[in-house]
Amino acid sequence: MMAPLFSSKLLIVLLFGTLFGLILGVLPGLGPTTGGALILPFTMTLDPLSAIVLLTSIYCAGTYGGAITAVLINTPGTPAAAATCLDGYPLAQKGEAGRALGMATVSSTVGGIFSVIVLVFFAPVLAKLAYEFGQPEYFALAIFGLTMLASIGEGSPIKNLIAGAFGILISTIGKDFMTSIDRFTYGINELSVGIGFIPVVVGLFAISEMLTQSTLLDQVFKRVALKAVKLPSLDDYKKTWKTILRSSGIGSFIGVLPAEGGTVASLIGYSEAKRFSKEPEEFGKGSIEGIAGAEAANNAATGGAMVPTLALGIPGSATTAVILTGLIIHGVRPGPDLFREQPDFLYGIFGAMLIANVLFFIFGFFGAKLFARITLVPNKILWPMIFAVSVCGTYSLSQSIIDVWIMLFFGVLGFFMRRFGFSVVPVIIGLILGELVEGTLRQSLVIFDGNWFMFLTRPIALTFFILSLIALAFPLLRSKKQKN
Amino acid sequence: MNNVQNKKRANKSLPFFFKDEFKVFFVIIFFSTILLISTFTFDKVPPILNRGIQPATFPKGLLVLIMFLTSIIYYLSFKNPWKKEKKLPKPFFLTILSFILFVVISKTLDFFLAISVLSIFVSYNWGERRVFYLLLVGIIFPLVVFIFFEMILGLRFPPGIITNLYYY
Repeated sequence: MMAPLFSSKLLIVLLFGTLFGLILGVLPGLGPTTGGALILPFTMTLDPLSAIVLLTSIYCAGTYGGAITAVLINTPGTPAAAATCLDGYPLAQKGEAGRALGMATVSSTVGGIFSVIVLVFFAPVLAKLAYEFGQPEYFALAIFGLTMLASIGEGSPIKNLIAGAFGILISTIGKDFMTSIDRFTYGINELSVGIGFIPVVVGLFAISEMLTQSTLLDQVFKRVALKAVKLPSLDDYKKTWKTILRSSGIGSFIGVLPAEGGTVASLIGYSEAKRFSKEPEEFGKGSIEGIAGAEAANNAATGGAMVPTLALGIPGSATTAVILTGLIIHGVRPGPDLFREQPDFLYGIFGAMLIANVLFFIFGFFGAKLFARITLVPNKILWPMIFAVSVCGTYSLSQSIIDVWIMLFFGVLGFFMRRFGFSVVPVIIGLILGELVEGTLRQSLVIFDGNWFMFLTRPIALTFFILSLIALAFPLLRSKKQKN
Repeated sequence: MNNVQNKKRANKSLPFFFKDEFKVFFVIIFFSTILLISTFTFDKVPPILNRGIQPATFPKGLLVLIMFLTSIIYYLSFKNPWKKEKKLPKPFFLTILSFILFVVISKTLDFFLAISVLSIFVSYNWGERRVFYLLLVGIIFPLVVFIFFEMILGLRFPPGIITNLYYY
């Protein structure tokens, strides 16, 4: 299983990916999604396995890296580390930053490894199930994915649905893949091939974040001093082992659902840790269980989110959407056939994720102090540099200046979307799933001779539609319950 | 909590066309309508070749869905007004201006020059005054990125007054 990973090239890629992921995770505003999108053009020089190993190691390490900033400067390096701030920073203020980071490192590693085990066992099972899927089932599955994203994801479900529909709409720009008829091209030749994923994702994440940072220049971070990361004591382990295991399970499960992966997982992991705790009153004041609950869950979501990505080609989170793009760019089509035809490739990914979790444990343990210093790089120097990389990276894929304009357009659009409470993640997932949604719908209608009701005669598709309705009704029921 | 309520109250007192809810509703509906109209100009597949739905049907459906959902969020905003966002600061507008400068310079003069100008402009307007750091973000770093992309990834940048010096 691990044989391909013993090549020196892959180990170097893994080391680089883990280090780069940690740096991205530590820097507020960046993160594994933006970082993955920025590095995607560079992966074109690598073979497919090295490229995906690079992206997955960035994903694993970047998710953990957010905890360092959350504990030391009370600002989550990544959205998934938001819950870690609640107890990590108060504990650091009490002079126990080393203990807080130690617990974050251990629980992240356990959560990450747990989720890789889930991935190894669960992804092939799901892929096997997917053999039963035809076009109508894939259509229903994609709809289920988008509705889940809308209901579980952050913010208003209706706004998330609008964003998802907008993402699918973007995917319709260019020549219609069934008839070659131009749609929304307005005579611009460059648009007839459609809008690439990279300009949109770099714009929506990196450029819109640059604009957000321009509104936060007066923000002052207070950094807590860190002497060294400490391994949790025996008492800490006794107190938290159940929380870590529970959150690992929660994180893996939430990760499998097509939603915003780690962010939602860490919030649920944190609230469940509080619910089961013997000292719930300590939460928010520096509870070690709070850190363990949030960190184990967000890292467990990484492996979970890879399950639908590899088995079905449906991304489980924004970062796995980038990884999915990486797979497609390198000519690897995720789905059941991948498990049958390229098992070595998949084992390479599983092994890489396992090693990445061990590597970030080592780097986090011995290098957290150094990584924390990266947060000292001022935004006025950091973001112009990120802009230069974004522009060159976006240009490099198809060597088209139009792609750079598209990136800037989506940067401005993404800023205003976020400002008015629209998440940008559904746009990305919608863009990725757009062709699948439209293609399977149209092919299904051909099979059904234009009869829409025939969807209801397919048990698997019907199940997904019912689940989609439940997913849409869930936020309404939740808000009614909260009002009561 | 009080702060949020105050912000909501402040938003409530504005005429409807100044409220964020209306602005967002208007922008989405306006552009969706234009796009919807443009879908009627798409070519049609002759009936004999048509399998399933016409190419324009799917985007039409999406646009109608977007307009319907936008109407719902606007309707819901009457009951639950959005919080009023803070005014955007000057550096934000200067950053947008730098993007416009970037587009103009890269189109007319040089791609690399455009990156340099934007980097120095943004860094300066975000508060950097030290010349070394301005040179670092404006010249040294873009040069490193340029060389990296050119030599390692084999990328050829678009011609321009500075890029041509390198290529010829």
